[in-house]
Amino acid sequence: MDLSKATFRGYKRENGRVGVRNHVLVLPVDDLSNAACEAVANNIKGTLAIPHPYGRLQFGADLELHFKTLIGTGSNPNVAATVVIGIEDGWAKRVADGIAAAGKPVSFFGIEGHGDLETIRRASKAAKDYMHWASELHREEWPLKDLWVSTKCGESDTTSGIGANPCVGNAFDKLYAHGVTLVFGETTELTGGEQLVAARCRTPAVRDKFMFMFNRYQDVIDRHKTSDLMDSQPTKGNIAGGLTTIEEKALGNIQKIGRKCMVDGVLDKAEVPSGPGLWFMDSSSAAAEMVTLCAASGYAVHFFPTGQGNVIGNPILPVIKLCANPRTVRLMSEHIDVDVSGITRKEINMDQAGDKLLEMMFRTANGRLTAAEALGHREFVLTRLYESA
Amino acid sequence: MIHFVVHDENDSVGVVVVEGMKAGQELTGWIMDQDKEIKVRAQSDVPIGHKLAIRELKSGDTVIKYGVDIGRTIAPIKLGEHAHVHNIKTKRW
Repeated sequence: MDLSKATFRGYKRENGRVGVRNHVLVLPVDDLSNAACEAVANNIKGTLAIPHPYGRLQFGADLELHFKTLIGTGSNPNVAATVVIGIEDGWAKRVADGIAAAGKPVSFFGIEGHGDLETIRRASKAAKDYMHWASELHREEWPLKDLWVSTKCGESDTTSGIGANPCVGNAFDKLYAHGVTLVFGETTELTGGEQLVAARCRTPAVRDKFMFMFNRYQDVIDRHKTSDLMDSQPTKGNIAGGLTTIEEKALGNIQKIGRKCMVDGVLDKAEVPSGPGLWFMDSSSAAAEMVTLCAASGYAVHFFPTGQGNVIGNPILPVIKLCANPRTVRLMSEHIDVDVSGITRKEINMDQAGDKLLEMMFRTANGRLTAAEALGHREFVLTRLYESA
Repeated sequence: MIHFVVHDENDSVGVVVVEGMKAGQELTGWIMDQDKEIKVRAQSDVPIGHKLAIRELKSGDTVIKYGVDIGRTIAPIKLGEHAHVHNIKTKRW
């Protein structure tokens, strides 16, 4: 596939980023505001409420990550405008100000002093105005390098290492050569292969930062582990599926970064990359948490290779599912966007599989709904660092 | 028909991609990176998704998959034999 002049049709946003969706969000700061957000989304058709269970009495780094994730979600280029609702004005304004810094239309409403019903009335009016405005925005043609792509695998088996993950790697190698901004993560799942990732880091500074993040996560696991985690890595399920050593499992995971990409930088959770290239983001291996972090960092399209059949989606980040397991493709067909099981039958080679994924990337960017979007999978899961006060 | 898949021609093992594979069967393997085919006779029944050895391995040999070291054998493994947790262990611990 010749990508040298490739373009996609997206929405140019105020801060120069280009998005592939045009959402008007109704964003709760905290769990108490979920009901009001859902009522607004019911009033104003086409808006998207993203309820979540947190946002009260968090503190320190955990609270900072909470704000970073909410602000990042509202700032994502797939979002046209956002209505923010919180139990009180202070934190609602903080989230709104963060989104306003990206140049986007945003307003905030605090429930205290007004009550749910008055808040819903005022927020619905704002959301309606945003819907009228957003619905007149148009897609225009932009170069490929304006598209940011993330990846995470889930419910992996040995077909992931053979097919789906190297397919992503092949696509990433091709995108990398054209200046696309990429990201991978899942810090603990690299265990056994971390030296391979370290060797791909562009500079000693990047390598040091990567090893710092990796070791920091290992410390978290060591502090809290039961016998089930570190003593069973690979897990019973992995072993039943044919994975034998932790290195083999990690190597299957690492296939997603291809052969040619260098790791150009390291991001903390929900941090926004400062330039093109492949970034590593410190992140959970739990699918919804990691994809939510990718969306908060500003990524526009996600590659999700699966073996056994992960069904995850995200409210604002289109999640493209690819699978090389013929049984999964047959039994869970409604969830799979790209069937690469032909790799196991030698019907297609990795280069062709990578091109197949890139074709779906362009179709998705240009408007095709992913299986997860069509099925209504909108998993929005905030990463917590420790208990609330 | 492809019975097993190998990542790189320097690998010690391949992954079975068909169900019902039995000892004694003549198997065709596809080496993906170099796009070559090889033939191996199965010495064990190997379940789908599991590995078989594509070269003779002595006890203590390094096991190569994806062109890199993924562990060591803890028993000799014959060409075509099931290669898994009973005869391969990580070097890490």
